[in-house]
Amino acid sequence: MTEKIKVWPGTPLSDKDLAAKKVLLTEWHPNLKYAWDTGMGYGRYFAELKKGRIVGTKCNKCRRVLLPARVFCEWCFRTVDEWVYLKDTGIINTFSIAYTGSMAERLKEPVIPALVEIDGSGGVAIMHLISEVDPWKVKIGMKVKAVWKPEQKREGAITDIMYWKPI
Amino acid sequence: MQRRVAIIGIGYTPFRPITPELSFKEMMFEAAQRAYEDAGVCPRRDIDAFVTCEEDFTHGRSIFNIHMPDNIGAVLKRIHTLPADGIYGLADAYMLINTGLVDVMAVESHSKASNMLTPNYLVAHAMDPVYNKPLAYNPYFIAGMEMNRFLCETGTTEEQCALVAVKNKANALLNPQAAYGDRITLDDVLDSEMMFHPLSRLEMSAPADGGIVMVLACEEKAYALSDRPVWVRGVGWCSDAPSLETRDWGKAVYAQLAGDMAYRVAGIGNPRLEIDFAEVDDTFAYKELQHLEALRLCRPGEAGLMVEEGGTLRDSELPVNVSGGSLGVGRLDEATGLQKVLEVVIQLRGEAGSRQLDDVQVGLAQSWRGLPANSGAVAILSNE
Amino acid sequence: MRKVAVVGAGMTKFMRRAQETGKELAWQAARMALDSCELTLKDVDCVVMGTAPDAFDMIHMKAEYLSDGAGAWRKPYVRGFLGGGTGVFTADQAWYHVASGLFDVCLAVTEEKMSSCLPHPQGAFVTCWDQYTESPLGTSLLWFFAWEMNRYMTMHGITERDIAAVSVKNKKNALDHPCAQLAAEITVDDVMKSEIMAWPVKRLDVSPTSDGAAALVFVSEDVAKRITDKPVWVEGVGWCLDTMYIGQRDLYYPKYVEYAARMAYDMAGIKEPRKEIHIAEPYDPFDYKELHHMEGLLLCDKGEAPRLLADGVTQRTGNLPVCPSGGLLGVGNAIAASGMIKVAELFWQLRGEAGKRQVPGKPQRGVAQAWGDEMQVGTVIVLGV
Repeated sequence: MTEKIKVWPGTPLSDKDLAAKKVLLTEWHPNLKYAWDTGMGYGRYFAELKKGRIVGTKCNKCRRVLLPARVFCEWCFRTVDEWVYLKDTGIINTFSIAYTGSMAERLKEPVIPALVEIDGSGGVAIMHLISEVDPWKVKIGMKVKAVWKPEQKREGAITDIMYWKPI
Repeated sequence: MQRRVAIIGIGYTPFRPITPELSFKEMMFEAAQRAYEDAGVCPRRDIDAFVTCEEDFTHGRSIFNIHMPDNIGAVLKRIHTLPADGIYGLADAYMLINTGLVDVMAVESHSKASNMLTPNYLVAHAMDPVYNKPLAYNPYFIAGMEMNRFLCETGTTEEQCALVAVKNKANALLNPQAAYGDRITLDDVLDSEMMFHPLSRLEMSAPADGGIVMVLACEEKAYALSDRPVWVRGVGWCSDAPSLETRDWGKAVYAQLAGDMAYRVAGIGNPRLEIDFAEVDDTFAYKELQHLEALRLCRPGEAGLMVEEGGTLRDSELPVNVSGGSLGVGRLDEATGLQKVLEVVIQLRGEAGSRQLDDVQVGLAQSWRGLPANSGAVAILSNE
Repeated sequence: MRKVAVVGAGMTKFMRRAQETGKELAWQAARMALDSCELTLKDVDCVVMGTAPDAFDMIHMKAEYLSDGAGAWRKPYVRGFLGGGTGVFTADQAWYHVASGLFDVCLAVTEEKMSSCLPHPQGAFVTCWDQYTESPLGTSLLWFFAWEMNRYMTMHGITERDIAAVSVKNKKNALDHPCAQLAAEITVDDVMKSEIMAWPVKRLDVSPTSDGAAALVFVSEDVAKRITDKPVWVEGVGWCLDTMYIGQRDLYYPKYVEYAARMAYDMAGIKEPRKEIHIAEPYDPFDYKELHHMEGLLLCDKGEAPRLLADGVTQRTGNLPVCPSGGLLGVGNAIAASGMIKVAELFWQLRGEAGKRQVPGKPQRGVAQAWGDEMQVGTVIVLGV
């Protein structure tokens, strides 16, 4: 059957076809707004970031530290046992040197997104950015430290840490 | 020959207009924990598969199922998402258990409707991008048009529709989980602000937050784990024409075909005799009447009369929406259908407290996917 | 367990931008699939739809909108969703619709119209990440792949050149695919010299964004025996989702793919996948992903996939042809549809109908796999004759 098919359906258009208005287009800008409740786990995690501290939670059954802090352990499916303060230092688990932004646009200067294993967490990483370093000198396993926003500018968000720099 | 499948555990959080104290993850966790406790199962050990029912834009997250496994104990297990109403999830579990591949399965759906700040635009966003979006009116006009056509085709009156709102909000006063219970009169409804003529404000359900989880099992496991299994006798679902231009505006064809399928699976020939009570979709008051007719729970065109004569009250022959329905409980996004199933299970277990119905064996739950969709699902449950 | 067969397949061309709407693409693929097994819409008992985020087509409740295009008017119809893993999951889902005994003929349709999202479909992914801890950082889709590729290379000592050879192979395989969007004869040097997007990911490591649709017809054993001499049986299915907390697991190995594969192999009675699987279609949206997934599918040891590639084992003429279709790198990446064309490719290969792409030696059994969400989903299907 398949061999017999001569013409496969589908009509490709190029950017030129669009520019030449070869086809009609309609435009739509969705007006969707959300305000998400942080709840108990993330709520305290962000409140602590505002104070310049990284807090996780701990499950005493699997003995894991959970980051970002949350109130139940997904592995044991039970409520966590305690809150634990962690250092604002860590090591790079993996990283990228990104020359494109989230809308696929080119960036003049690359950013260095990374997973940073937080010291004292037993190797649990959070997602963040690395800076104050030549991107091509960054290595997996490098030690880094958080660079915080000035206290009065913090707002209880992940961006209260501006980035991490090698130490 | 179908395998027998039972609901052996239910868990839910109270249904409330806002729930600022919990994230959606914590809400799911709470409902799941209650369901697993009720079923006497450990999700990590005993549950073979999980299904969650969520739509991306409802929650404001693309690929929402990224966030699902952690909150219901499904990490590194079989779990998938249906962007569909919760009764589709129930039907999905019914099918998977019937393949023999899984024995115990959990179904989850939740609403965080309070976090969605522009609900009218959300509905508009579901319209056909070429034909309908450019019209950009408040899309609830569709409900007004549909109601108008329904009244015209059946001779049902606006008063009869309004009585549905009176009944359901009163029923909700006896349901401690309901968000919008109220003692209102026919005049209150008819005098309430006209929204999309002939639809008035009190005939439209308001959104609520809440999470629901259910545990289903095959017959052997159901008997081993539970002393009060509620059997899933039949499931059905159907999509009618999606476009506004081609649909049947007077009848709920999707509900009729979904009902027919569920009756066929359940072996029910005469629904009016065999169904003891029903929880049907009442997103808008007239929808309850339209759905009762589609499901053959009354004669064609007579649902309005039936309500007027009190034939759907709690102590009548066919109690409808004793939970309070969406008008009384609140509309729970994709969990709306599961709330209907939940009420049927609670009633069939005899655990409904002051709103308990006497002597009920077979109940029906039905959902509609909401504006502007033209599809829905049906489940028929029984305690024997 | 009730036996289920695949009896028909169809697909559209994969294109950067299609003139057709999503509905029309779905219809074309669905019609071709039904035509190919001489069934009509009247014979179809139910329809399943696979399509990835609504943010691409920019329609809320996208499956409702697509339903008539997929042939679901007045039929039981539901959409399954596992992010990028959707395409293969939709096949799994069609399997259980029939295996449940409720239906005899299930039409499975997958569609993606990514070009609707402007300025670039990649923007649709911005709304995927955790809105509290991830999105505020300006997170991009490519970061995740770059992290995973970097971790995979570092843990095993694999080089970028080792990985680039996947892109070379798949784009070349796609030259024989009539629907391919990015078929080409390229070299490892071309990949290495292509623009860096998010190191170590370069432009030619990445599959394109595409518009396209694919469809398959699943039937029960008695229907299969009545309508075809060449049924292809569904022997195993599996799907699995790992935790969303990406920092809580190690990206170097896709454990979730292994779990999903084990489910499918157990069901199929496969004990030694390396011997019993004759052809593989792992998900390859990025070149390293093919290697990563071969390891997850237990087709080689951890870190060994690049060696199989270098030795030519995974070429179309090798002992274990991998992505003989040309994969996502060559044919295109219309998310859900590209997962399903992997299943369709197995169907055509096992029936000996793959034309110029046909692998030699009459393969008896193949595995297709897709992957998705935030590096956390594995969906697997095993087909055999």
